Amino acid sequence: MSFSLTLTVNGETRAIDLDDPRVTILDLLRERLHLTGSKKGCDRGQCGACTVLVNGRRVNSCLALAVSLDGADVLTIEGLARGDALHPVQAAFIDHDGFQCGFCTPGQIMSAVGLIREGQAGDDPERVREGMSGNLCRCGAYIGITQAVLEAQARLASEQGEAA
Amino acid sequence: MNRFDYVRAGSVAEAVAAAAEPGAAYLAAGTNLLDLMKGGITRPTRLVDVTHLPGLDRIEALPGGGHRVGALVRNSDLAYDAEFARAYPAVAEALLSGASAQLRNAATLAGNLMQRTRCPYFYDPASACNKRDPGAGCDARGGETRLHAVLGWSERCIATHPSDLCVPLVALDAVVEIAGKAGTREVALEAFHRLPGDAPERETVLEPGEMIVSLRLPQDAAAFAGHSRYLKIRDRTSYAFAVVSASAALRLEGGRIGAARLALGGVALKPWRARAAEAVLAGAEPGEASFRAAADAALAEARPSGDNAFKIELARRLIVRTLTLAAAGTPERMLALPASAFADGSALHA
Repeated sequence: MSFSLTLTVNGETRAIDLDDPRVTILDLLRERLHLTGSKKGCDRGQCGACTVLVNGRRVNSCLALAVSLDGADVLTIEGLARGDALHPVQAAFIDHDGFQCGFCTPGQIMSAVGLIREGQAGDDPERVREGMSGNLCRCGAYIGITQAVLEAQARLASEQGEAA
Repeated sequence: MNRFDYVRAGSVAEAVAAAAEPGAAYLAAGTNLLDLMKGGITRPTRLVDVTHLPGLDRIEALPGGGHRVGALVRNSDLAYDAEFARAYPAVAEALLSGASAQLRNAATLAGNLMQRTRCPYFYDPASACNKRDPGAGCDARGGETRLHAVLGWSERCIATHPSDLCVPLVALDAVVEIAGKAGTREVALEAFHRLPGDAPERETVLEPGEMIVSLRLPQDAAAFAGHSRYLKIRDRTSYAFAVVSASAALRLEGGRIGAARLALGGVALKPWRARAAEAVLAGAEPGEASFRAAADAALAEARPSGDNAFKIELARRLIVRTLTLAAAGTPERMLALPASAFADGSALHA
């Protein structure tokens, strides 16, 4: 049996035919759409390396069946920069050494983008740490990650203020 | 993961008909189900996808008071609904202390009620488990029992229900609204999950095909809003299941406790309503003496199911702490670390 679905991935609408309903959105992105930025760490929702935004909200892409997300809008790490201009969260991760080996970084960055959109953390490092607890970093770059999220949030807020 | 038929239901009636078949399971977010399927712990032959059903994602205020929450409302949407969180602050606190932000953005209300135990022996296909394989035995007995029951367990099963959300909900007399082939029915959340007894594989009172459509908070539940907390002891600061948790809700009237609600998590195979403790608290003066007496009443029947006697004393102390913080008043703003037993919520008023 085959399943037809439509997904918008990084702004591009794609018609997708699946031969198997077991395909997660993570496997679809990586194996079929060749977007390998989202990482398969634990594949069980424990590490956050697969984090993407679905309809604007951060989720674990390893724990969602693609067929169930028919019609959804998906944003991955590949869709974040504008040409050569990095997204403020990406730039802040570089400025603050928010990574070492880099494996968890796409998930960390997508999670941070989701956290900032949710608007619940404010400028409180404790709330940022709590809000980022679904993303593990085995290199232990948490201090840099927290600083990067706080700076990116401040920058995005000031850009929004200027645009208004 | 095993192969399965995928059915997308267009209506509740269609879903109920499709799920009545043996081997069928409902799919909402799938955050627990897919995890279990990847591990080969559950092998449904048919998934009935209910995520596209209209109307089940609403939070409604009811005309006579109380609220109805649709089965598909996401945990984060419920926790951040300002009106809901004001009326039932302990429910919001429990929600935000559970899982991670990513999981809360996906996981649904009904999925939370239906989630399976996190007993590591249930999750390990190489271990004997009466819940996974009735009659096989229980390797948790004599094993690592930190996350296991001290109330309501049986020789067959000592697992616990892992939900945070269900703990304040059961304290507030929430009612589960269920659709089935013969129409709809209601079950008190307190009676929804089953204790293990001789049949730990039967976890809820749902009949085959029955589907949770919503959950109702009764009219008087919001009366506790001023003095409600959920506290959770866990092995790391965030993103961990409860070793023990407690939800307390008080109505204070003229320096005395007019009414009290108390429930525990992480101690039994269901969210545990401590009615004996509530009876001790009703009419008493709030304070350490009455809170200790309530804790003793709540745990009078507790006994270790293995090397976990510490959980009984831990629960006793957590009950006193939760009642103390509830009596001090619900924090005006959600704590940075929701449900932390180590943050003094009352200080936020300063």
